[in-house]
Amino acid sequence: MDLSFSKEDLAFRDEVREFLATSLPADVKDRCDRGLHPTKEGQVRWQKILNEKGWMAPNWPKEYGGTGWTITQKYIAAHEFGHAAAPIALPFGVSMVGPVIYTFGNQEQKDKYLPRILNSDDWWCQGYSEPGSGSDLASLQTKAVRDGDHYVVNGQKIWTSFAQNADMIFCLVRTDSTAKQQEGISFLLIDMKTPGITVKPIIGLDKEHSLNEVFFDDVRVPVENRIGEENKGWTYAKFLLGNERTGIARVARSKRQVERLREIASLERSGGRALAEDQDFINKLTRIEVDLMSLEYTELRYLSMIANGKELTAEPSLLKIKGTEIQQRLTSLLVESLGIYGAPYEAERAYAGRNEAPVGPDYAHGPMAEHLYLRAATIYGGSNEIQRNIVSKMVLGL
Amino acid sequence: MDFELSDEQTLLKDSVERFVKDNYSPESRAKLADTELGFSKDHWKKMAELGWLGLPFSEDVGGFGGTAVETAIMMENMGSGLVLEPFLSTVVMGGGLVAEAGSQSQIEAIIPEVIEGNMMLAFAYAEPQSRFDLNDVETSATKSGDGYVLNGHKSVVYHAATADKIIVSARTGGGSRDEDGISLFVVDNDTSGLSRRDYRTIDGQRASDIKLDDVKVGSDALLGKEGGALPAIKNVVDRTIAALCAEAVGAMRTANNITNEYIKERKQFGTPIGKFQVLQHRMVDMYMEAEQSKSMSDMLAMKLELDDEGERRKAVSAAKAQIGQASKFIGEQSIQLHGGMGMTDEYSIGHYFKRLTTIEMLFGNTDYHFKQYAALAS
Repeated sequence: MDLSFSKEDLAFRDEVREFLATSLPADVKDRCDRGLHPTKEGQVRWQKILNEKGWMAPNWPKEYGGTGWTITQKYIAAHEFGHAAAPIALPFGVSMVGPVIYTFGNQEQKDKYLPRILNSDDWWCQGYSEPGSGSDLASLQTKAVRDGDHYVVNGQKIWTSFAQNADMIFCLVRTDSTAKQQEGISFLLIDMKTPGITVKPIIGLDKEHSLNEVFFDDVRVPVENRIGEENKGWTYAKFLLGNERTGIARVARSKRQVERLREIASLERSGGRALAEDQDFINKLTRIEVDLMSLEYTELRYLSMIANGKELTAEPSLLKIKGTEIQQRLTSLLVESLGIYGAPYEAERAYAGRNEAPVGPDYAHGPMAEHLYLRAATIYGGSNEIQRNIVSKMVLGL
Repeated sequence: MDFELSDEQTLLKDSVERFVKDNYSPESRAKLADTELGFSKDHWKKMAELGWLGLPFSEDVGGFGGTAVETAIMMENMGSGLVLEPFLSTVVMGGGLVAEAGSQSQIEAIIPEVIEGNMMLAFAYAEPQSRFDLNDVETSATKSGDGYVLNGHKSVVYHAATADKIIVSARTGGGSRDEDGISLFVVDNDTSGLSRRDYRTIDGQRASDIKLDDVKVGSDALLGKEGGALPAIKNVVDRTIAALCAEAVGAMRTANNITNEYIKERKQFGTPIGKFQVLQHRMVDMYMEAEQSKSMSDMLAMKLELDDEGERRKAVSAAKAQIGQASKFIGEQSIQLHGGMGMTDEYSIGHYFKRLTTIEMLFGNTDYHFKQYAALAS
């Protein structure tokens, strides 16, 4: 057991710091630090910079364009990105569908999609949930019927994040209605420009447009866009969800949130003194910080186990549960730290054309938007209650 | 960065596991806890033979030169069986203080005896008014001739009755809460003027309140620099906290295993109660607390070997606070999930609950360490 950094690790840390100091665009950094959604243009610009550096996909195998970093290097990079408020790559391409493609896809699919994911040429979105299929995902109804070299897809997806920006969607569809639920599902890659696809916005409780409904009306998808075997899609879907759970802890971002809270608390006043001297506030912050440290070292311990060839079952669910709980406690405390300036809030969409700054101190622009949006964190990626069911079954055998 | 055990460390872990399996069934432990001594001298001898009592001491005095990681491995696995022998008092605390602060001759006189299993130690640091503050010392040591005279009251000194020598913190200068002016003295248990009130603690162990009434000791009893003992005390207490955290991890893991098995077997309404989602989710929360405690305990053991003092102290308080919280939660919920069975003395789960309860309060409870952490982080 050893927690020390080698000389090479420290040199790597300096390299990451240097890169972020010189290459991270100020506008991208500002939005990320405030907790605002990235703009499509800004996110793509930043991801192309990452790709040019060769750092777009730290978790991919080297042969497909991964970095080959050790777990210590991944930890250092994540920590530095979080501290510098550098956005991580959007998960849909590089973290979700990418690993499915290089693990289960054929050579043509790998050659076609992986470079485009690395260079952010395609913006991907995730077609999993349906109006009747949330936690019970395997009950999904969107149908794909074989017609020659094509599938004809009909149905509806919902809660599709940033579908309005997307070039491609990866979709779970039912290809066999007679089999057991999990055994009649296939995994399709669909071009969003295909005739018959309609994207309808869902305005969120943050008054922003990040969620959508996606309708499929006789959408013709080439059979070559199917990943792996027909009716084996559930296997690939579960693989993807398992990957999703490890990245979802967002430890480095939460560490940055703790720093922001300290910055804001040094400026806000409470009882005639700095909020940072308010014992009740400090008490709350400290408890979150210690919980975050527990999460951080649990993630590292699991990564170390994986690096040493040990199999994990449902342990990553713990990271999802604790990570999202902490994210929510942090945004809740951020809003609390603003006092009454938590109340004035308008979506960015609303004042886009106006030539005036948001109401209140500069740091008050962001926390409420993120707080509202992140209520979703304990719901998406398998709700935290579903995660507890998974641990109960897989780890505890109950 | 690596959390895996080396081959040697794995051997140590296996050997402690075997010891616990062979000697610490719930029934054997209950019997042992009820004896006058409260532990077994045969076990102690065995521990000496296995080399465990020399684990943290340097090789030149006959030890194994182990780090906090080896101590944690040992404590975690002893915690699984709620082992009663005074390893923490004698080796980690007493031996730790001598090794940290003692002169060459003191080290040579005491450490090899500890390693051989011939000498037991105890550490008297707390006082009725001090709560968790190591610097709050009112016991006085007054210079007299070429020695000192000690007066005062030391609280809840674990394993004092069986200790050959008791290490006492006393004030040789300064005000009662000053950082400077604290000294350590090695006092023979049978010294005249030292009186003990011995009693049992809820965790099945033994402790004493000690009155020092004009206790005369020679100048050779002074351990380390006069008036400058606090840094050594803090270092050893940090190591003790790391050891306790590891012990708690072992105890929590076993308490969870016992509870998990119980709810699989216990039937109500015609079905195992472990099929009820409300109990499943509680059990998952208990499991997650134990997992995070293991991470914090490993983290602390590794960080104790690092040079950065600020980082080290933050790690100590964060780990103790998190593990204190987890210990309470798991201990209390284990009883709850057992229903009436959890209330009996005969069934083992209550004993885990009680040891976890004392670990939470020893060397600073959860609130205390959150405050320490907050002060260090601001």
